[in-house]
Amino acid sequence: MLPFHFQVVAALIFAIGALGVMLRRNMIVMFMSIELMLNAANLSLVAFSREIGNDQGQILAFIVMVVAAVEVAVGLAIIISLVRNRDTVNIEDTSQMKW
Amino acid sequence: MTEHENTALRWIPLLPLIAAALSGAWLVFGRRALPRVAVIALACGAPIASFAIAVVQVFKLALETALPPDAPYYSDNLYTWISAGDFHAELAFLLDPLSAVMVLVVTGVGSLIHIYSVGYMDDDHREDRGFQRFFAYLNLFTFSMLMLILGDNLLVMFVGWEGVGVCSYLLIGFWYLDDANAAAGQKAFVVNRIGDFGFLLGIFLLFWSFAQAGLPTVEFREMSANVGLLAERTVALPGWLSFLPGFPTWGLLTLACLCLFVGACGKSAQIPLYVWLPDAMAGPTPVSALIHAATMVTAGVYMVCRMSFAYSLAPGAQATVAWTGALTAFFAATIGLAQTDIKKVLAYSTVSQLGYMFLAAGVAAYSAAIFHVMTHAFFKALLFLGAGSVILGMHHQQDITKMGGLRRRMPVTWATFLVGVIAIAGVPPFSGFFSKDEILLAANQAHAIPGHQALWAIGMATAFLTAFYMFRLYFLVWSGESRADHHTQASIHESGKWVLVPLCVLALFSVIGGFFGLPDAYGDLFGVQRSNSLHHFLQPVVHSAEHEISHATEFRLAALTTCVGLAGIALATVMYFWRRDLAAKLAAAIRPLYALVRDKYRIDELYDAAIVRPLRALSSSLLSRGVDQGLIDGLAVNGTAKLVRASADGALKYLQSGFAQSYLVAMLLGGVLLVAWLVRGS
Amino acid sequence: MRTALFWIFSVMAVGSALGVVGSLRSPINSALSLVLSMLALAGLYVLLEAQFVGLIQVMVYAGAIVVLFLFVIMLLNLRGSGAGSAESRPIGKAAGAVVAVGAVLWLVRRLAASRAPWPEVDPTYGTTRAIGEALYTDYVLSVQVAGVLLLAGIIAAVVLAKKKID
Repeated sequence: MLPFHFQVVAALIFAIGALGVMLRRNMIVMFMSIELMLNAANLSLVAFSREIGNDQGQILAFIVMVVAAVEVAVGLAIIISLVRNRDTVNIEDTSQMKW
Repeated sequence: MTEHENTALRWIPLLPLIAAALSGAWLVFGRRALPRVAVIALACGAPIASFAIAVVQVFKLALETALPPDAPYYSDNLYTWISAGDFHAELAFLLDPLSAVMVLVVTGVGSLIHIYSVGYMDDDHREDRGFQRFFAYLNLFTFSMLMLILGDNLLVMFVGWEGVGVCSYLLIGFWYLDDANAAAGQKAFVVNRIGDFGFLLGIFLLFWSFAQAGLPTVEFREMSANVGLLAERTVALPGWLSFLPGFPTWGLLTLACLCLFVGACGKSAQIPLYVWLPDAMAGPTPVSALIHAATMVTAGVYMVCRMSFAYSLAPGAQATVAWTGALTAFFAATIGLAQTDIKKVLAYSTVSQLGYMFLAAGVAAYSAAIFHVMTHAFFKALLFLGAGSVILGMHHQQDITKMGGLRRRMPVTWATFLVGVIAIAGVPPFSGFFSKDEILLAANQAHAIPGHQALWAIGMATAFLTAFYMFRLYFLVWSGESRADHHTQASIHESGKWVLVPLCVLALFSVIGGFFGLPDAYGDLFGVQRSNSLHHFLQPVVHSAEHEISHATEFRLAALTTCVGLAGIALATVMYFWRRDLAAKLAAAIRPLYALVRDKYRIDELYDAAIVRPLRALSSSLLSRGVDQGLIDGLAVNGTAKLVRASADGALKYLQSGFAQSYLVAMLLGGVLLVAWLVRGS
Repeated sequence: MRTALFWIFSVMAVGSALGVVGSLRSPINSALSLVLSMLALAGLYVLLEAQFVGLIQVMVYAGAIVVLFLFVIMLLNLRGSGAGSAESRPIGKAAGAVVAVGAVLWLVRRLAASRAPWPEVDPTYGTTRAIGEALYTDYVLSVQVAGVLLLAGIIAAVVLAKKKID
């Protein structure tokens, strides 16, 4: 078990999350995939922090968590109002953002 | 260098500037106009104080023993204005004999005209703050003129040069609600800009060539001392100019001096740029006296004299100056014969007298030119102020065919006006006689100039014409029966003391002004050595040509000039005093010619047809519609917008699919590429 | 022992992450997989001597955020789309998997070049006390900003989720 093993795990989780965001159409699941990506970044931060031996990476991980929490709160609120208005959570049904 | 420093000089231009700034600021920010007393105190106090300082400093300059007698000068360096590499231009003032004479004339005559203006502008109730605005402009003009005269280098001079142009424009169009006045102001400004362009080119050329010679400077004294560096340098002309005399090379100094002379032509109303000066009479009469007779229009002459060290090495330029001056003098005098507006006659007479000054400068009689500037300032300001007094008395009637018989109604104005007319006609011993005589003598003796005898002959003819049309003016205005309507006749009155005091002072100087430059020949008669004090005072600066000529010849020439002048007077007396019917008969006999002269040879119409209208047509059709609207607005500005819009409409907008996931993919792809690029080499 | 734990947690984290992304039956399954993934990550944090971060991970992520997800899913009564629906994109998945695996392999190769060993750290490293001291001294401004951010997020969520905006 070496530092870089953690990075590999983080990379895998990140890749899985990214695939989820790109391939799933259910907005809730996409959100969860984003959470996965954020977590992967956190793991990477904490592992690097341990490798260097100072606490800055952990602090940054906290900030990431805060941002994630806020983002989930706002994002889910958006999804709720979307479902109320359009009765769908399929991302492809919300394609009005174009010319 | 210490004995040359004199910090009093800066106050000469500063005081009028302060006065102008104060009344101007009050105009902009104040609720109401300043009280009249305050305006008068400020506006007249400043030039009078400047005059007092100038008198003291000039006397110090003339009498100070610590100064070297061969080149006395005072300088006052305020600060370094421009400093670039080896080049330094200081904001500095220079008081040497040449600027001393000019400063005295400008501040002295200027102060008198300021005082006169108090009386003249009282009459004007067209706007409640006009009085104050007028004096703010007038003070600003005085400041600019003093900058022009006292500047110790070409750049400071140029600041003043442009400043007087602006003030001239403001004052000609002073009653701007009348379109004609505003148009006259614009005409003056535009024509002056044409001249200024040449002046600027001349400055650039001189600076550039001095810099080539290893001495980047625009300072008069340095240039004067080192002008020898440029004496032999020539400029190759392009092939299409092969018709010019002296092709294929011209002297550098000749070219530079010609460029400077173009500027002088604009400012001093010489052919072909004289057309603005007659129109400039649209301004209030004190303005015509101060700016368009006594001071600003002589700036060109002053500049040529200031640059005399260069002109003396450029014979081609000298000949051009002399011939332009002589032709202008004659041409303007002929127009003056047939004008009926009192101020127009005086305006053409001014153009004509300026021609004399350039004739003098061209034949290297610089001190004679400055002498004539001085005497002309006296008698022409006097005549203009007298005309203004007449205009006040006649309720702004300027047509001399509607005047006559004013002599008993306005005795003081009449007497001073008569003095002015005699002075300009060249009757000894009035001032105009001596200065004109000196110029004609110099022209007669200028063997270096091609056709100097012709120049002299033209000068003599002009002297005759001058005497004739000035006395025509005099008789039409003052003698005989009044030709005004009854309503006007009843209320003709003499002007107040604000107007009359300056008139009397100027009349005095018009009589005695000539003795400042009493020729040595006359001095020898009375046993006075070096009696031509002005000439000897100026000589260290301007290096006028000296003539070896016997006194007898000099007296013969003077007698001839006097006879010519008297002949002109006699002819005018016959035609306009004894046999009044003659003038009309003569005019009828040569009707076409008379009409042509009355319409000023239709030069304005010629310029309009040859330059103004083609330029306008070109501008409106090709430049405005074609280049500006078509190319710049249409192609460049709107074209850019249309291109962006068309490309977006055609292709780019389809990138925006509206599917959030395609955006996400693009984002991620970008992120991946960024990271890949960041870690590419490690 | 630690190595064994590492492997257990890693496999758990990656597997449940796959579960989050891959379960087509219902979002509920995804959410529960997410909880599992979070817990496994918390374990990994503890292995990295970052006990406090691990604890917070369990509390905040598994305990709050994912519950919020579940809450919303239940509230909206969402169904999964099921296999064979438009959700399953076999070609996309295959391509994505190939790219992802390729990228990860490339990363592993790059990272394996630097096989740094574990440095010795302070016994206080990663404890609540140490992190707390850092947060309230050096990083106090960040903490305040995070607080403001949370406040803004709460307000935004309330405003957005209101039934009607008057």
